[in-house]
Amino acid sequence: MSHHQLDARRVLCPMPVIRTQNFVAKLPPGDTVDVLCTDPGALHDIPAWCRIHGHEIIRTQEQEGELMISVRVGASPD
Amino acid sequence: MTQPITQQRKAVSLISGGLDSMLATQAMLDQGIHVEGINFYTGFCVEGHTHAIRKKDKAKPKRNNALWVAEQLGIKLHIIDIIDEYKDVVINPKHGYGSNMNPCLDCKCFMVRKAHEWIEAHGFDFIITGEVVGQRPMSQRRDTMPVIQRESGAEDRLLRPLCAKILPATLPEREGWVDREKLFDFNGRGRKPQIALAKKMGISDFAQPSGGCCFLTDAAYSSKLADLWSARGERRYELDDIMLLKVGRHLRPRAHFKIIVGREEGENRFLEGYRKQFTHMYTISHPGPLVLLDGEANDDDLQLAAQLAARFSQGKGADTVRVELHEKGAAKRELDVVPLTNEEIPLEWYL
Ligand code: SF4
Repeated sequence: MSHHQLDARRVLCPMPVIRTQNFVAKLPPGDTVDVLCTDPGALHDIPAWCRIHGHEIIRTQEQEGELMISVRVGASPD
Repeated sequence: MTQPITQQRKAVSLISGGLDSMLATQAMLDQGIHVEGINFYTGFCVEGHTHAIRKKDKAKPKRNNALWVAEQLGIKLHIIDIIDEYKDVVINPKHGYGSNMNPCLDCKCFMVRKAHEWIEAHGFDFIITGEVVGQRPMSQRRDTMPVIQRESGAEDRLLRPLCAKILPATLPEREGWVDREKLFDFNGRGRKPQIALAKKMGISDFAQPSGGCCFLTDAAYSSKLADLWSARGERRYELDDIMLLKVGRHLRPRAHFKIIVGREEGENRFLEGYRKQFTHMYTISHPGPLVLLDGEANDDDLQLAAQLAARFSQGKGADTVRVELHEKGAAKRELDVVPLTNEEIPLEWYL
């Protein structure tokens, strides 16, 4: 099980979701990804995308205008 | 002899985030079809951006309608970045533009073609859309429906559940994967049948897009895009260009440059992300917006741009305003300028 980081800063929605989707597609279940973003829309979109596809949001953090959304890859294949 | 197990058929649905694609999808789910959604991101989509940029819109929900619809329907949604490939659709639409820069018919053909490639790659059986005959003047007419089927290559694997009954039967209907009798015969611009069907399906919350699903149907946006092309002498754009067209006031005082003026804090913050790429300036003696300059500017032009920056600052009534100028590739410098008055700014400068 590996841990990854994905930079989706300075792009606007839906790009952070698209990047998360394309990145997660290559990972096995159980891996975790910290997605870094700056568009607050991602706080809404990435969790919605995760719910739809059976991935889990571990936590979201906000610091100085940067957001970190941590995702655990679920079992359902996309 | 054992009966062959009926295979569950799979369809991909073009999800725009609006009501029609939602209804079309629900109609297929109700017939036991496995449906997944596909949503294309062209860069021109109305989705999110302007909300994300403008501070005054902060209170509004920033939901992505396509994701929201997928969640309501309980289907997966695949969002596909088609920004680069889509350029050719916008720049050279074979079927021309609608009332603004919207190449709707070419756009539909392109999206259905991408969906067709997707179903072939993923082993799905057919494509559905929320199209309704006569709903839109350009892309949803009786005579354009077959054009989309043909030019996309999807042919009769393209089913429009909301108006299927008034169109020739498609493969999924002929093969009995879906029951044609349970499909619909909507046509025309009216929305009543859709609203009634939504009610029947228990769908009460939905987005009602007016006009179209993207900025290309917007007159003000289209004229800024046309200006960009004419100033460059060629029809070309990058994602940054089309994002910037959504933000700020755009003024072109001279053929060879324009300025983009942030209208409020959120826009200024967004424009700040472009400081490295553009000559830019802001007032320092008074609070004021960030101003980006796109094009080539000599000293007179920079002076004029600074006077405009001063006009849009809180120092617009002052005798002089000090502007900090960051010219691309040069050291920053300060200019003291007299703000332009409204009368000195011809209306034609506003894009
Ligand atoms: S409104 Fe925009 S996204 Fe919708 S069909 Fe027309 S060009 Fe395509």
